[in-house]
Amino acid sequence: MDKLFDLWHHLAHSPLLGLCLTLGCFVISDWFYKKCKLSPLANPVLLSVVMVSLILWLTKTNYQTYFEGAKYIHFLLGPATVALAVPLYKNLHYVKASLLPIAFTILLGGLFAIISGVGIAALLGASQTTLLSLAPKSVTAPVAMGLSEVIGGTPSLTAVLVILCGIIGAIFGGAVLSLVGVKDKKARGIAIGIASHGIGTARKLTIDEKTGAFAGLGMGLNALVTAIVLPLLMLLWRTLAG
Amino acid sequence: MVGYFFLLCFLQLIGEAIVYLFDLPIPGPVIGMALLLIGLIIKKGLPEGLDQSTGTILRYLSLLFVPAGVGVIQHFELIHDEWLPITVSVVFATLLTIAFSGLLMKLMDRANG
Repeated sequence: MDKLFDLWHHLAHSPLLGLCLTLGCFVISDWFYKKCKLSPLANPVLLSVVMVSLILWLTKTNYQTYFEGAKYIHFLLGPATVALAVPLYKNLHYVKASLLPIAFTILLGGLFAIISGVGIAALLGASQTTLLSLAPKSVTAPVAMGLSEVIGGTPSLTAVLVILCGIIGAIFGGAVLSLVGVKDKKARGIAIGIASHGIGTARKLTIDEKTGAFAGLGMGLNALVTAIVLPLLMLLWRTLAG
Repeated sequence: MVGYFFLLCFLQLIGEAIVYLFDLPIPGPVIGMALLLIGLIIKKGLPEGLDQSTGTILRYLSLLFVPAGVGVIQHFELIHDEWLPITVSVVFATLLTIAFSGLLMKLMDRANG
């Protein structure tokens, strides 16, 4: 057993272990997600994170050692964010058809997401680190993490919060929209995209293509809007607070 | 494929350079995304290879979140201490944002005719 432990820690010092651990857990999670007929409850990101975390905890491997290997996967979030321009471009004709309503909804919806998220947490006594990490929670993870870093939050905490918001919206978003009487596919898609980014979009795409396309649009534009508005909002806040 | 992957990395690189030079509060990849979108609009067409390359990357977008998500193990203490504001904020702010945005879009679209 001790020999096995030694072997693990020997291997942990090469990037290979972190890489294999991430890829392996994701392959299993993705298989399980498909087995569950893409149920939002079986979200592969959540499952992989739980599996990897458990393994690291059981083997007493710290995050820095794991990240030595995982950083090669993490790094790809940057180019993937650039790639989001393509689905945005493909849906450009939808934007042109109702430019003003979409622009207005995304601007106000994006602001609402930031203010409601931070506001609720502040009322319940969250610390400043938590508040700053919560602020970008509704935008897609690569952008949210970048923003979290810029405004002084904790990117890894933001990533976890972003994933949770995505799952919540993917599970309950449709029901909430039906409850308030929003039936139009365009409005439903955009609302889910604004609040629940990639995970909500992926969910909508499996149900209805048009709703999914608008969710992708809401996600992409909200990422852009929040990336510009949030740092300015922080600047304003800091100036007002002295 | 390699060429388009280079394009994505290169646009991010330009984005990072612009952020540094102009001291912008926006993440570099977002500038890269805006540059690619502007490029496609000017070019008036999506090369098939670019569509395929980005399609491959975005299909496995979930995988790319895993290393960051595992970072949760560094924050157990904070989440344990502040589980109430975190849970309530994540659940209610998200669902309120969905209701707000959906209703707003419905009203705006009606006003737009």
